[in-house]
Formats: sequence, C-alpha cells, structure tokens
Amino acid sequence: MADIEAGGGGGKKGKKVRGKKQSTRVDFTPMVDLGFLLITFFMLTTSMNKPQTMEINMPVKEEGVENTPVKLSQTLTILLTKDDKVVYYFINKDTKEPETPQVTNFGKAGIRASLLKENRMRNVKVDSIAIYKEQLQTNKIDEQTFRNNVAAIKSFKDGLIVLIKANDDSKYKNLVDILDEMNICNIGRYAIVDITPMEVDMLKETPL
Amino acid sequence: MSKVKVPRKSTVVDMTAMTDVAFLLLTFFMLATKFKPDEPVTVTTPSSISEIKLPETDILLLTIDKDSKVYFAMDGDQNKITLLEKMGEKYKLTFTADQKKQFSLLSSFGVSIKQLGSYLDLDAEQRKEFKQPGIPCDTLNNELADWILQARFTNKNLRVAVKGDGDAGYPVVKQVISTLQDKKVNRFNFITSLEKADN
Repeated sequence: MADIEAGGGGGKKGKKVRGKKQSTRVDFTPMVDLGFLLITFFMLTTSMNKPQTMEINMPVKEEGVENTPVKLSQTLTILLTKDDKVVYYFINKDTKEPETPQVTNFGKAGIRASLLKENRMRNVKVDSIAIYKEQLQTNKIDEQTFRNNVAAIKSFKDGLIVLIKANDDSKYKNLVDILDEMNICNIGRYAIVDITPMEVDMLKETPL
Repeated sequence: MSKVKVPRKSTVVDMTAMTDVAFLLLTFFMLATKFKPDEPVTVTTPSSISEIKLPETDILLLTIDKDSKVYFAMDGDQNKITLLEKMGEKYKLTFTADQKKQFSLLSSFGVSIKQLGSYLDLDAEQRKEFKQPGIPCDTLNNELADWILQARFTNKNLRVAVKGDGDAGYPVVKQVISTLQDKKVNRFNFITSLEKADN
C-alpha cells in the first residue's frame, strides 16, 4: 500500500529547529475506492440505449375524404384475436367472397410463412430486397439508393395488401407483433382497419 | 556458496495512474447518465425488430399499462407549466403556483383533471401510494384528447410516442389511436424493445 513515508530524520541538536520535511505522497487508496464506487453506481443507473420505436402512419380521419379503393382480390385480411391466435383469409378473385379463414399463430411457421409465400407470389421482386440489404451492408450501395430501391419494390401496384383488424379480445402485443411481421416480410402496403361485425361473427364461428 | 539474494522489492504501488483512470471513467459516466424518470407504472413493452431510435426531446409520451389505464407525459418544464395553465383555462380550474411547480417536475401522471390539483398537493411518498385511475379517454369524457391538443399548441415540434404494455387490451389502444387521429396526429411511434429477427 502506498504509505505516507516518514519524513527525513529529526533535526540535529543545537541547531535551529527545522520543520520536519514531510513527504508529499498521499495514500490514494481510499480515493480510488471512492472513484470506483461511484463508477459502479453510475454504470448501473445509466440507461445508455434509447428506446426503440416503430413508426406508424395512419390515414387522415376526416369526413368526406374517400378512402383509397383497393382491389379486394389483392387483399389479405388478418384478424387478431385472443390467446395470440391469428385468423387470416383471402378474398376469392372470381366470387368476391371471403375464402375459408385459416387459423395460425405468431412465429416463423405461422403467419410469417404464409405472408412470405403470398408476398413472393404476387411481387416477384421482393427477394431482391435481401440482396440490396446485403449490398448496403458491404457498402456497395449507399443508404439513399437502398431506400429508393426498396421503396420502388414495396410500392408495386399488384402486390399484396394486408388489412390488419384486431378484435377487442386481442392484446396490444399482438398488434405490435403483426406490424413487426409486416416489416420482416417486406409487405409494402398494410393498414390497421376497424373490424367489421361480419368478421367478429366469423371469429366466433372459427374454432381456434 | 552464498545464496543469491532476491532483492526485496517494495510493495508500494503508485496509485496515481489508477486514480486518473477511475476518475476519467467516473466523469464519463456522470456526463453520459440520464436518470430514468420514475414512472408510476412498470410497462413491459413488446419487442420488435425496428431499430429506429426515439428522439430525446419534444416527446409526448402516452403510456398504457396492463390494466389499460392511460398516462400522459411531456418533456420541458416550462412547456408543462404553460400546458397546465391552458388546461386549467379550458376546464375552469385554477392551479396554485406551487401546484404548477409540482406539475413541471412530474414525469408521468394518470389522473383526471379534476383530481389533478389534489394529486399535485400530495408529497412524493403519498403519490407513490396513490392509485392513479388513468386519464379518461372514452367517448363521453375524452380528456386525453384535450391534453394532446393543448400539448401540441404548447410545443409545435412535439412527436407522439405510445408506450404500451404488451398485455394491454386492444380496445384501449384503439381508443388512443382514434383519439390521436381525431386530433390529426396521424404519425406516431410505438415504443418497443429490441429483438433480433430470427430468419
């Protein structure tokens, strides 16, 4: 340990009494202790990472503003319901009637598989997003080009349109999860829409 | 044959360098620290792969807890005082200077405007005990809408962030979203925690 060294020997007798030569060395150990204690405290209390967010754009809600019409056959309706279950159905191209609803769950093999398959079928260019992403990571293209390319692919006019309708018994988590799937599956066009009474009935009839 | 004597080395170490490092780190952490504002409720946000960061200032934070109660928070002390004055004007309530001061220090609250005065009079300990009922946001009495509107009048650059508990029911989320849309906030953020995409 760093000690305070004793000063040089006592003054000689008969001479003037000199002030003892004190060493200027100070024991730093307690100071270091204190320093590290405070560091630990600040390290534990600090919250370095800012929260992550997910951006949501909702359409303008105004009287008299016509909603964007979409082709029914292009849509996939996803109903969120209790116990983290997902029910989805397509609209038949010819009859314009809803097809048999399918029950699935969140997760890789669940709704994501269907979304990926369907999106790929309707928009063949979707797979190139992954290539662009790789090019961006290896700095072959800049961020602006990447964004433009992805936006161009996502806005493909015959692509899949997903309507997200959450039933009252679903949880907020389900909504965030499904929005997350939209990002993962590169779905360009999706909207959060109010559930219709017909669909509530459909959920009741569908065995989960 | 004499043994080779190992010279005795002093065990004294110079602590100065270590102190320097310690205090350098200390300074760094002290400056980098932003204390978490104490929130009335703990909210477990759902995870997402989104990596967009939330800006630090000009945030209007709507917290939804797992019992579907809504809490309101805004940053900027001066803005909050102005906001309280505006709300008081609207609801014909007056707040004392002390209550305004308390309000500017408040991080997040979930009481109706009528209760707000008495809530602000409580001290920190009592406030923790107090069960906040959440801000009314149903169609009959939508105080949340007024808070949002007045907050946006107060701070024009405000961005709305919704921090919901994963277990919050959808009806209240729908109500909050529709309130935001009514007040022409069509762009907002959901606060989520980070999750890696597993594909």
